[in-house]
Amino acid sequence: MNDLPTSRLDSIPPVIRIRDLVFRRGRKTILDGINMEIPRGSIVAFMGPSGAGKTTILRLISGQLRPDEGTVEVNGQLISSMSDRELHHFRRNFGVLLQDGALFTDLTVFENIATPVREHTDLPEPLIRRLVMSKLSAVGLGGIEERMPHELSGGMARRVAFARAVVLDPDIMLYDEPMTGLDPIAVSTIRTLMRETNDALGLTSLVVTHNVFQMSKLVDYCYIIASAKIAGEGPPQALGSSTDPGVDQFMNGKVEGPIPFHYQSPGAPWGLLD
Amino acid sequence: MEKFTGPVAQAGQCLLFLFRMLAGIRFSGVQVLTVLQQTYLIGARSLVIIMICGFFVGMVLSLQSINALEQFGASDQVSLLVGKSLFRELGPVLTALLFAGRAGTSITAEIGLMRATNQIEAMELMAIDPIQRIALPRFLAGVISVPLLTALFNALAILGSIVFSIGVMDLDSGIFWSKLQTGIYFEKDFLGGIYKSIVFGGTISLIAVYFGYSAKPTGSGVGTATTNTVVLSSVLVLIFDFIMTSFLT
Repeated sequence: MNDLPTSRLDSIPPVIRIRDLVFRRGRKTILDGINMEIPRGSIVAFMGPSGAGKTTILRLISGQLRPDEGTVEVNGQLISSMSDRELHHFRRNFGVLLQDGALFTDLTVFENIATPVREHTDLPEPLIRRLVMSKLSAVGLGGIEERMPHELSGGMARRVAFARAVVLDPDIMLYDEPMTGLDPIAVSTIRTLMRETNDALGLTSLVVTHNVFQMSKLVDYCYIIASAKIAGEGPPQALGSSTDPGVDQFMNGKVEGPIPFHYQSPGAPWGLLD
Repeated sequence: MEKFTGPVAQAGQCLLFLFRMLAGIRFSGVQVLTVLQQTYLIGARSLVIIMICGFFVGMVLSLQSINALEQFGASDQVSLLVGKSLFRELGPVLTALLFAGRAGTSITAEIGLMRATNQIEAMELMAIDPIQRIALPRFLAGVISVPLLTALFNALAILGSIVFSIGVMDLDSGIFWSKLQTGIYFEKDFLGGIYKSIVFGGTISLIAVYFGYSAKPTGSGVGTATTNTVVLSSVLVLIFDFIMTSFLT
């Protein structure tokens, strides 16, 4: 899986294509001239320091944010120029696992997973039950369907959220730091689920993560975002042995390097650089 | 200038929010069931406070009325005075204010916390319209609940009046009931109060869901939103009460 040669990825048509993407928040440029292509069936990671714009890219791909310049194309359709109504329908192609799971706190585990099914299909109740229970069993949580979200551990909640995200077999999965705050066993469990589901269902998965070690075991390709640009990209092994200063700084967790530590230039708040 | 344009812009946003909600009415089985569930959570769970307050409002209204009417030897008119006051003004207004404090803040806090915990974002990403799923059922539940709670408030207040006037002050029960029956008009007094309560219910529910939906996703943001809900709802209830009374009388 993460031994996929770059040449094979190159031959697979992209399901997501980003061209000359620019996104600003106020006067700060978050992303400046980003270009990338995500091949179908692959797992691609976005990594980088905090505030680099990793989650922003996910939000631009899902249409939650609109770019200031450039285009975002998903399955051949321009997300960046869709109306709200078109976007609403198009989002049925996505499954999303947010950082904290975002389970609906007033619904049971069963109802959480059943919500997208009830909303988007006319399946009879017995079929809904069978579908939900199969997804719950697939994540190893059969038997907890009547529990409430507050009764679950962090790892269990993340797995329920995962089951909810894949219940309608989406084309594209978006993961926003799916392993943050989990113990090592839960991390491995989620990682295994992500890989097996991606391969079994033929999904394309985009993962925002800080976890360099886990990323190297999971993904096919990686983009390192820093200073509003792509600081490095490639398969995990290539990045791990890269001599590029920015890539080396991030992959090996070094403080010194071209990726800045300070949000502003030191001295700027006091007007020392005026 | 921004101190003036800011609230005006927010009022406009609130009205647009109302139109978006109303556009999501489908009369589907799921939607009807959700509205009924919310009517129970919002309306039925407000019963106790409404009933207790209604009963004591009836008692204190009778107490004050008898004290004032005794000076003119007209204490037997207490049921008419209590009835007119209750059905036309006190019932709808006090019920609305109690509803704003109990259910309005609960709605705002619930939706605000949903936003703070990314549940609303999760819904949007699942192609589920959170306004149709979360805001609309609560809005409709408020519009349904407040008139029903108002009627119950009035009933308990009359009961409180009976307990005090007849039970404590030993007024004649026959005079009490005949004055009430002949002096209270169904359309002018009772229905007028119900029309007001429908408007009050819609106003409070709209403000509660809007402030919850637009709350900043922080602890202080949700707290500010709940405070704004009860303050603005209360002020608007009193303003609309005056406007509607001008048209109804």
